[in-house]
Amino acid sequence: MKLVELIDFIRMRIHIFLRIFYAALVLVVIVDAIPIIVDKEHVHTSVEHLPGFWSIFGFISCYLVIYLSKWYGHAGIMQREDFYHE
Amino acid sequence: MSNFWLHPALLFFIGGAILPFIPERFRKWWLLLIPALAFLRTIFLTSGTFAEIPFLDWTLTFGRVDNLSLVFGHIMTLMALIGTLYGIHVERRVEHIAAWTYVGGSLGVIYAGDLLALFLFWELMAFSSVFLVWFRGSPESIAAGYRYLLVHIFGGIVLLAGILMHYEATQSIAFIALDVKNPTVATYLIMIGFILNAAVPPLHAWLPDAYGEATFNGSVFLCAFTTKTAVYALCRGLPGMELLIPLGVIMALYGAVYATLANDSRRLLAYHIVSQVGYMVAGVGLADLNTSFGQLALNGACAHAFTNILHKSLLFMGCGSVLHMTNESRFTRLGGLYVKMPWTFLLTLIGGLSISAFPFFSGFVSKSMIVTAGFESHRLWVGFLLVLASTGTFISTALKIPYFIWLGKNNCSTEVWERAADPVWNMRLAMAIMSALCIFVGTYTPYLYDMLPFQPIEYHPYTSVQISETLQVLLFTALGFFLFIKKLSPESVISLDVDYFYRKGGQKFLQFVTQRIQPVDNFVEQIYKIGGLNPLKFSARAIGLFDNHVIDGIVDGFAGGVLILGDRLRVIQRGLLHENLLLAIFTIVIIALLWQVLCWLGC
Repeated sequence: MKLVELIDFIRMRIHIFLRIFYAALVLVVIVDAIPIIVDKEHVHTSVEHLPGFWSIFGFISCYLVIYLSKWYGHAGIMQREDFYHE
Repeated sequence: MSNFWLHPALLFFIGGAILPFIPERFRKWWLLLIPALAFLRTIFLTSGTFAEIPFLDWTLTFGRVDNLSLVFGHIMTLMALIGTLYGIHVERRVEHIAAWTYVGGSLGVIYAGDLLALFLFWELMAFSSVFLVWFRGSPESIAAGYRYLLVHIFGGIVLLAGILMHYEATQSIAFIALDVKNPTVATYLIMIGFILNAAVPPLHAWLPDAYGEATFNGSVFLCAFTTKTAVYALCRGLPGMELLIPLGVIMALYGAVYATLANDSRRLLAYHIVSQVGYMVAGVGLADLNTSFGQLALNGACAHAFTNILHKSLLFMGCGSVLHMTNESRFTRLGGLYVKMPWTFLLTLIGGLSISAFPFFSGFVSKSMIVTAGFESHRLWVGFLLVLASTGTFISTALKIPYFIWLGKNNCSTEVWERAADPVWNMRLAMAIMSALCIFVGTYTPYLYDMLPFQPIEYHPYTSVQISETLQVLLFTALGFFLFIKKLSPESVISLDVDYFYRKGGQKFLQFVTQRIQPVDNFVEQIYKIGGLNPLKFSARAIGLFDNHVIDGIVDGFAGGVLILGDRLRVIQRGLLHENLLLAIFTIVIIALLWQVLCWLGC
């Protein structure tokens, strides 16, 4: 069961992995701002020239998908499990 | 063509027909041999037109082989092989026969060169695949199967109507690209027939309804064949039909929203079929083949169908394993299972990363083609909205499923926890092969790109911009997931979809009939009984009495009289000549006397 031990190893050191994750978030934005690494000459829209544009887009999209979906669900779409068994 | 051409579908049909007679010890070998032979057959197919059979006034073409049919045939038979391996321990042979007939129907559509042959196999798919739902045996699956069948029968009728109208207008049944710039009613009817199978809203509700209720390995087949065969039909028949662009984008978003709400893991995956097929449908809509972006879009639609079969079936295998082992698929009743099912967790996670288009996984090399085509066609809203939908994919499949089944809070009942374990070897092996293929396709792009219809491929997914964009979107989506995880927590509910109208509509109709129509019917029945049936019974009884006592009395009396007379005659008639002679003379005398009397009276 080595795989379970590996997962437990990560779970027990979750704070370390979270720091690595936050560092990765910063890193992808920084790298996106360096033209030598990320060549934006042929991007399709002007907004993509903004460093970290897709980071903001991704985060807002995540917020919208979760909150709008849940709002839609609670507007009457989500019903009890036996709804069709009356 | 007089030479025999071995249709790959024929192998599945013949293999399925022989399967019941295969001895038990060879059963598993046979189950692997047939799809393996079919896969080899598709690999070695050469382009051309084969198996042309005259039928009435037409020539039906069962073997049209070109770049488009080759790439779909390749992935379908590969999927059939790995899907059969996944369920090889299923002892009920009829389940394998149903699955193979379904696969054969899909291959029949893919290699059909005319609309009649296409329709024949199209219907075969519907009628064989429903058994993959019914075989689960629960009342819910039986009902879902009937709904699935009725919806597909409706779609088939619409498609047939379109085909007939198209033939009436063009005098041709050839299955080639229709004139999408000047669509007719026939074009729209054919489109409706195709997009119903592609699960385009509002014609999509059959998919989460049925796929969530199918057997654990039935869903693995179902997720691969119906929608992707429909995508093939759209690629072949309606490339560049602009109506498909908004429909595809709506699909991608619609599926993502419902997947976010889903509490059942397989229903979540079913909604992500809708979402992912949305990319393909949008790609077909963008495919104006006179433009470079149009060719990229059609290549992207084919590539995404190819990769989606790999990672979607992997996800269904993972969640199917959980269902198979624990008999539970709801997030609110699972959690913490990595201890009991670690390999299933890892392999399902690979499926989640692949469908989310993580770099070096299969989805990355295909989804980006369609998004890029959207931007290059200067329809920026298409590109942005498809990226927005991709965050929904990542949230649901790569984060929500692994977290709420394997990592999050343990909500398992004792029974579920005790039953949980990694599944049998063949299920693990099938998932491992699929995972390897997801990574292989994502890293070695020529394998897939060299098969695509429009060559040469000038698109390169692994550019710095593309990788940067994808990593930013995915990593910041992951950040959002963990920040908003409480909001996302699954709830013990179902989400109403457009099937509400025919499910509740059916119930309301039944209620209306029971409460409104039936009392009227009962009243009419009472009137009929009182005013019609009872007098009828009375008159029948009277006629019976009359018949018994009067008619039968006369007849019986006459018969009795004849009998008595006969008895007396029998006594008189003893066969003595002299007595007879005397009687004759006596009779003659009597008659003569009577005659004389009558004459006298007459004078």
